[in-house]
Amino acid sequence: MAFRFGILLGVRYSPNSWRILAGAIIAATLCRVAITWAAPQQTGGTNYPAARAVQPAASATSQQSPGTIAPPRTGLNIVVLDPAHGGTDQGARGTEGISESDEVLQFAAATKKALEAQGFQVILTREGNDNPSFDDRSARANAQRGAVFITMHIASTGLTGTARVYVEPDAPQANNITGLIPWDRAQAPFLSLSRKMGGLVQQELSKRFKGSPDTLQTAPVRQLRTTAAPAIAVEISSVSVKERAELDRMVPGVADAIARGLAEFRPTYVVPTIPVPGGSVQP
Amino acid sequence: MSPKWTVWLGGVLLAAVIVAALYFPALRRQVNKAKDLTEKTAEQARRELLPVAPVSTGDPMVKVKMFWGSRGQEGELLPVVVELPLSRDPVLRAKQVLNTLLAGPVDSESRTLPPDAALLAFYILPDGTAVADFSDEIRTSIPSGIQSEQLAVESIVRTLEDNVPQVLRLKILIHGQEADTLAGHVDLTQLFRVNAKDAAGTQLDNPSPPGSKLPAPIRKAVDTMRRATKR
Repeated sequence: MAFRFGILLGVRYSPNSWRILAGAIIAATLCRVAITWAAPQQTGGTNYPAARAVQPAASATSQQSPGTIAPPRTGLNIVVLDPAHGGTDQGARGTEGISESDEVLQFAAATKKALEAQGFQVILTREGNDNPSFDDRSARANAQRGAVFITMHIASTGLTGTARVYVEPDAPQANNITGLIPWDRAQAPFLSLSRKMGGLVQQELSKRFKGSPDTLQTAPVRQLRTTAAPAIAVEISSVSVKERAELDRMVPGVADAIARGLAEFRPTYVVPTIPVPGGSVQP
Repeated sequence: MSPKWTVWLGGVLLAAVIVAALYFPALRRQVNKAKDLTEKTAEQARRELLPVAPVSTGDPMVKVKMFWGSRGQEGELLPVVVELPLSRDPVLRAKQVLNTLLAGPVDSESRTLPPDAALLAFYILPDGTAVADFSDEIRTSIPSGIQSEQLAVESIVRTLEDNVPQVLRLKILIHGQEADTLAGHVDLTQLFRVNAKDAAGTQLDNPSPPGSKLPAPIRKAVDTMRRATKR
């Protein structure tokens, strides 16, 4: 049987074949372990923290025993920008044929540049006229470690030339002994970080756009609920401007405000840690 | 023509003028009424055909607070006191206040819900969870945006909170179905806390009594929501 298996693999059977095969399996396993360990530090990985077991450092640290405390790692590096709507869903429609789904792409592109200038790596949930599902958009952020999520919208109402930041309202955290965060309540453990980040961005926006609120707003925005990272929605008013140029003039200001807000938020952000069975915490 | 006939003719003409002067205001009222009828939209006609919450003549007139948008403050709600004959039955009462909310304020710019949207059904479960089913227009006619959708939901929640204390939580359905969002932004898969203080201490996993008659799609949506809350 072993001889036939060797033929199938195109190798000649010898007494050492099993040793070579075992060695190869061990080497492959070690490589896999090394890749898995390194993956969280890479961008664009395919791990899904919301489905895995991620908690913000603040709550995870409280579970650590004194002997197993790992130093918290700061380092917000990735910003997932979500231009809302797209595809057949044009969002708000206004004067001069303005559609939210097109216009918001311009805002996202300018914000990407401003963020990259601050040293962030930026991932867009869409770059063309497609419409990923709410969960797909959240998954782009949930697949990263040390990321934040910003969904960008343009309303059809509101005082023209203003911008508002929204965070999810308070929600009870899932009481789960496994430490896993349910997908549909992924935002709950990150609410305090979201509020902090949103407050900083709103301050920057109100400096640049007169009439914008000084404090952030609360609304159950669908994209935010399933995001396992600090997450905010930025809404600009509005597509009902008299001419498109009014909206275009807001683009650099919005991009700069978001970039500066995140630059201020970055030193306070702690990369989430993963609790492992037995109570210890893996940094 | 003799002077006698001239006097008679003058008298008849004067009488005709007086009769016309008296009839003119009534005629104007009739013309205005006819104009209003022709301006009635198809949606208003449809809404009239929908079953309206019955108002018994014995219902006392009650001052209620309706939460509509504030013209002065962007994105804020303003309570407006309206006097309505309100039923003591919480379901009828809720239907009456929500229909008034949908009918809108005098100032149409303070409206929070689309004028052509209608309340199709309203139920209150024994645990205080209410289910409000709105027509599709609440999604298709609302101005797109987080702010406008949030104001729409807030106006419904706060109007119920102020006028129907039996409602502790609210589930919003659109055309009998559970919707992901109102119009692309505000999450409708969740329950909205209406009387937050009371709702906090109440469990959501009380099953409905066997006798409670909910239509199958509504029951399915409520069961889904209960399972989600348990998790």
